[in-house]
Amino acid sequence: MSGDRMKKTPGSKEKAAVFVARKRNFTIAFLGVFAVFIISSLATGYDVAGGFAAVPKAVHWMASNFVPDEKAWSRLPNILAKLIETAFLSVAVTVCAAVCAFFFGLPGTRTLKLNPWVGRAVRIIAAFFRNVPDVVWAMLLLFSFGQNILTGFFALFFYTFGILTRTFIETVDEVSADCIEALHAAGAGDLQTVFQGILPSSMPEILSWILYMIETNIRNSTLIGILTATGIGYLFDLYYKRMDYASAGLVVLSVVLLVIAIELLSNQIRKVIL
Amino acid sequence: MSVLEFQKVSKLYNNVTQALTEVSFRVDEGEIVSVIGPSGSGKSTVLRCINRLVDVTQGSILFDGRDITRVGKKEIRQLRKKIGMIFQHYNLVNRLSVIENVLHGRLGHKSALSGAAGYFTEQEKENAFCLLERLGLTEQAYKRCDELSGGQKQRVGIARSLMQEPRLILCDEPIASLDPSSSKVIMDYLSDINKTMKITCIFNLHQVDVAMKYSGRIIGLTSGRIVFDGPPDRLSKAKIHEIYQSNEGELITDVG
Ligand SMILES: Nc1ncnc2c1ncn2[C@@H]1O[C@H](COP(=O)(O)OP(=O)(O)OP(=O)(O)O)[C@@H](O)[C@H]1O
Ligand SMILES: [Mg+2]
Repeated sequence: MSGDRMKKTPGSKEKAAVFVARKRNFTIAFLGVFAVFIISSLATGYDVAGGFAAVPKAVHWMASNFVPDEKAWSRLPNILAKLIETAFLSVAVTVCAAVCAFFFGLPGTRTLKLNPWVGRAVRIIAAFFRNVPDVVWAMLLLFSFGQNILTGFFALFFYTFGILTRTFIETVDEVSADCIEALHAAGAGDLQTVFQGILPSSMPEILSWILYMIETNIRNSTLIGILTATGIGYLFDLYYKRMDYASAGLVVLSVVLLVIAIELLSNQIRKVIL
Repeated sequence: MSVLEFQKVSKLYNNVTQALTEVSFRVDEGEIVSVIGPSGSGKSTVLRCINRLVDVTQGSILFDGRDITRVGKKEIRQLRKKIGMIFQHYNLVNRLSVIENVLHGRLGHKSALSGAAGYFTEQEKENAFCLLERLGLTEQAYKRCDELSGGQKQRVGIARSLMQEPRLILCDEPIASLDPSSSKVIMDYLSDINKTMKITCIFNLHQVDVAMKYSGRIIGLTSGRIVFDGPPDRLSKAKIHEIYQSNEGELITDVG
């Protein structure tokens, strides 16, 4: 009955057509992605079946070589020291980058209405820092700082700064728009609006992003440490090159445990603040 | 004496949307004026031009006899200090307490640093508590604003604007998100404030009956032009239909 009524409504055919078109577009997109996958597999000579077939063998090799033995356990204090160094570096980098990103991003927000040209420049600069991967930053900075903890620090800093600037701009525009308007209307200045309106209203989202970036940076700093010969990444590289796979395995295990621990901790913190 | 005067004000958004066309009217000290009109007719634009949240394209607006349409950033702050604003969605800082939100009304009167640090004088705090008492919010003073009901939030909004000691209060659909009984409470408070504190009020309202009951004058806006300006008793049914560009029986006010 309701079907009959629907048919009589003018325009219902057109509306149905929208859904048909949407479904068709979806199918086309899916086939397109599949085609790209096939073409790129052929172009790179990647053997899909072979790739998957190699997985069990790889797992077996890892299981027999990367299991920590007695010698590896004796290196644990050394590993833990480097692990803590890496964790502190990640926290320090993220906090520094977050503070810089917040204030740098403020002119980029649409709701605070600072200078529109500065705002445009801010968004472009943030996009640049964000779109250069942290590993590339590390390689570029290797030339100026050499294999040094500063290289790792700045590589992570630039990348984190780029990402956080953008997310903070979006957060402020989304979460704080209403109260920014009200404070402006009451005659508050920009500094007052930032500290009395934007910070209190966006703080949970900002903290949540900082926690997320700390997690990411612990993972990434391991990788960057291999390049810059610092932190836990250096230790992994060292053991690996000495073919001391058992110790390298312990390094990996400890990083995984640290990342899981940090993630659990930050989930707890999130629950409290949100 | 007129507090506010619009002289042939036009507003063009982004060089395409003509929101206001040669709008002229005056508001006298102590008046309650309601602006009514269909959605998109430019009601909010009228209010937001007054405190320069929006810049007019043409014409001038006199506040206290001074043209405020071309003044610089510093004078805009001076202007906004004297004009309170109340919003449909209350626009409070939800994670701060009621009293902190009320004190925000003082920010325009303070130096940048003491305002940013949230430093308020004892006198200001005392005034804030007085206002909370007057608006029946004493028990909520230390609650966070996201724990309040809509009606309570709007009363916080009123207290915040009164903290400014304004000459004029702009109310952009103050009761559009409230149930009928909280709506009445809010309108009664605002009307009382107007009478006892001699603060001029300009309302944007969707409810014609509310506008007719509470205001001394009604301005009807249709597609950015004034089509009616006069006391409520001169607003005939036919005129209402002209403002809303509707036919007999098409408006909610026609029911019953
Ligand atoms: N910031 C803006 N940018 C561009 N166009 C805008 C902007 N604000 C409003 N407009 C346009 O100006 C016209 C008037 O809008 P306004 O918000 O003043 O209407 P209104 O009468 O308050 O409507 P409502 O009753 O829905 O709140 C509308 O056509 C709207 O689309
Ligand atoms: Mg509006």
